[in-house]
Amino acid sequence: MIETFAALSEPSRFRIVELLRSGPRSVSDIGERLELNQPQVSKHLRVLKEAGLVDVEARAQQRMYELRPQPLRRLHRWLERYREIWDARFEQLDELIAELKEEENAHGRNRHR
Amino acid sequence: MVATGTGKSGPKNLTTFERKSDLELLITRSFDGPARIVFDAWTRPELLRRWWAPCSLGVSLIECDADVRVGGTYRYVFGRAGEKSMAFSGMYREVTPHSRLVYTSIFEPMRAAGEAIVTATLSEHAGKTRLELHSLYPSKAALDGAVGAGMEHGARETMDQLETLVASLR
Repeated sequence: MIETFAALSEPSRFRIVELLRSGPRSVSDIGERLELNQPQVSKHLRVLKEAGLVDVEARAQQRMYELRPQPLRRLHRWLERYREIWDARFEQLDELIAELKEEENAHGRNRHR
Repeated sequence: MVATGTGKSGPKNLTTFERKSDLELLITRSFDGPARIVFDAWTRPELLRRWWAPCSLGVSLIECDADVRVGGTYRYVFGRAGEKSMAFSGMYREVTPHSRLVYTSIFEPMRAAGEAIVTATLSEHAGKTRLELHSLYPSKAALDGAVGAGMEHGARETMDQLETLVASLR
């Protein structure tokens, strides 16, 4: 998970991942579209491959890089959990507040008796 | 971008998450009770224990110490059964009963990422209390380094882009 985030946190790599959404591409094609030189692209692709975000496939004379959606889906689910955490906390807080309000009211009534 | 929490059913109070800048995250929520009760729930350890750990996600609070006064410290240790526990800790910088709390926050496994400054503001209106929970991170670099829990708060922009990306892959 952390590997996925680390790989994506570099802007050029994020752009490569976005570009690969439209389909597999070669190193030179990626370099041209993103205005990066070939060694840079190769370096980024190596990191993305290690993080499991891309796969490479030999096609004719070229090596084509393709996106693997699984780590992205996993990461997305993990990020969604952050919201769930706060929602879950706040729901518990709602219950506690309701209970404390009731206690206060009960004490208030006792005092007025 | 404003994202709203998903209420399960009925007229729930909505939680909003908004990334204000590279370094800031704002969470807002209303509660059906007066500010003094909400403030107590945020500051008294025996009450914090009752809500801070999201039980429905299998997380429980193992230790909870909070010395709520300026310069006082807190530490929440939490975890899932059978997994290594983790802790958030920090120091209170401002304590204004029933309306404002400012404290530092360190996710201990990611201590190197630095501390965030959290400001919780409560405003009461007609028996309801609105909470604004604002988190400020020390630097973009700290955020970039803070994968893990630090990243939960920080990388909203990446998260927003990622959501679009993931949606397109479905």
